[in-house]
Amino acid sequence: MGSIQLQDVRKSFGNIDVIPGASLKIEDGEFVVFVGPSGCGKSTLLRLIAGLEDVTGGHILIDGVDVVDTPPAKRGLSMVFQSYALYPHMSVRGNIAFGLKMARMPKAEIDRKVNEAAGVLNLTSYLERKPRELSGGQRQRVAIGRAIVREPKAFLFDEPLSNLDAALRVNMRLEIARLQKELGTTAVYVTHDQVEAMTMADRIVVLHAGRIEQFGSPLELYERPANLFVAGFIGSPRMNFVEGPDAERLGARTIGVRPEHITVSRSGDGWKGMVSVAEHLGSDTFLYVEVPGIGTLTVRTPGELGLREGDTAVLTPDPARIHRFDANGQAIAS
Amino acid sequence: MARKRTTTRIVVSTVSAWVVGFIFFFPILWMILTSFKTELDAFSIPPKFLFFHWTTENYATVQERSNYVHHALNSVILAGGSTLIALLIAVPAAYAMAFSPTKRTRGTLMWMLSTKMMPPVGVLVPIYLLFRDFNLLDSRIGLIAVLCLGNLPIVIWMLFTYFKEIPKDILEAARMDGATIGKEMVYILMPMAVPGIASTLLLNVILAWNEAFWTLNLTTSTAAPLTVFIASYSSPEGLFWAKLSAASTLAIAPILIIGWFSQKQLVRGLTFGAVK
Repeated sequence: MGSIQLQDVRKSFGNIDVIPGASLKIEDGEFVVFVGPSGCGKSTLLRLIAGLEDVTGGHILIDGVDVVDTPPAKRGLSMVFQSYALYPHMSVRGNIAFGLKMARMPKAEIDRKVNEAAGVLNLTSYLERKPRELSGGQRQRVAIGRAIVREPKAFLFDEPLSNLDAALRVNMRLEIARLQKELGTTAVYVTHDQVEAMTMADRIVVLHAGRIEQFGSPLELYERPANLFVAGFIGSPRMNFVEGPDAERLGARTIGVRPEHITVSRSGDGWKGMVSVAEHLGSDTFLYVEVPGIGTLTVRTPGELGLREGDTAVLTPDPARIHRFDANGQAIAS
Repeated sequence: MARKRTTTRIVVSTVSAWVVGFIFFFPILWMILTSFKTELDAFSIPPKFLFFHWTTENYATVQERSNYVHHALNSVILAGGSTLIALLIAVPAAYAMAFSPTKRTRGTLMWMLSTKMMPPVGVLVPIYLLFRDFNLLDSRIGLIAVLCLGNLPIVIWMLFTYFKEIPKDILEAARMDGATIGKEMVYILMPMAVPGIASTLLLNVILAWNEAFWTLNLTTSTAAPLTVFIASYSSPEGLFWAKLSAASTLAIAPILIIGWFSQKQLVRGLTFGAVK
């Protein structure tokens, strides 16, 4: 079991409110990703759950029990750090076994569990090595091994993949997601990479300036962003925002259209503009079109279109996929 | 900036290093030489460098007149005891300041250091009176306490700079792994800081070993360490240079040997954190 509930959790450092008040409920076995730009408070929120920072106010419930006054050692959570934070003076075996030793588990039991975890993570032949003799990916696996071997109520991941190179990151992403599903343990994962968020999460928490902007499944966030911030943050390339008469006609201050929901043609009705840049990725083409009175719109079209820089393009948004926002930036339900 | 390593430059720097080294070492060398001279040769002007009548009679006299082993043992107990106690207090103190700094941490550290700027003689009278009233004069326990307190600022500072180099993440990882603060210090912090703790220990032993002000003022015989043993050779009946030198040589011999074998640690300890 491992449900985590935050009730109006607040954190300030001196006079600065880092988390002005966050409430959410993470169900047992769920994979939840905290995503947001740097400085949005996502790591702080994770550290509050871990107990590495003290809350300024509010309650954190793990399995229904308030743990605000419980030290991190007693919360039954394990954490994977961005820097891996392996114990440099201990072997891989020592690193993985440390938590079990602290729990005073019998030695035979520790050995069995360490070997089992090492097997799952392909670390068996490295068990006697020191962390400095391992590659980045192996170190990360040791850190994960250290986390899973304790059979915690939940895993906390603090940007665990950001020190790895791109190819390894994709592999580890899959490995972590697979492992979490197999173990069925609750996981809270912090990242600034929305691709990681979208691919790994059961549900995503989008944070901005310490506030929870939206909490929902990846597709919910993509299809029904609650406000301008979420709309702009989720999705790549970014959603296009249009203000003025076009928006007012639809009864909104701002309308948003994703680049993939715009059809491009050479003539017809729609926003007329000039292609300023065309990025050819093979599978897709990204067009940046200067539309007078609106600005630059990004369009994503599958395959090659034959439009070049300087060509005139006519953009037609899919009317069913237009997002409308009011003056406060909140989505208007359609 | 990398400078060109020409042969001349290497020769010049090597020679000057040796010269400077020799100047530093000369008083010790002179003391050792004097300890093998007769009292007459020890005084003679012009001084005799190597060509004098070599004798070991000073050492024999020193052995006869006073109990070297008793004083040496006191030195070991005082230096060792004060260092261990200082370490026991300083590790948690440095841990707290390095890993949970507050607005006042810097100030606290500076204040600690500032106590070393006061001449010890300034508090001699109050401390002497305290010692008298608590029956601590000429006792090892009292002296251990004074030496420990005197060196504590330096020990805390050194450990603080070492601990600062240890990534906080690793300690937090241990906390997440279920380690209490005590276990975190014993299993993670101390093993990672072994080089730092070793050089701090060593430096503090040397400082305590050489400490002369308090040892001379607060002890007479029972708790008297080697400093008192040396001082007893500058007596009202006159200065016995050769015997004084013999006693001094005996007194610094142990620390000189320890220092020689651990010079690498010592240099690292003293320059740690100076260059990033």
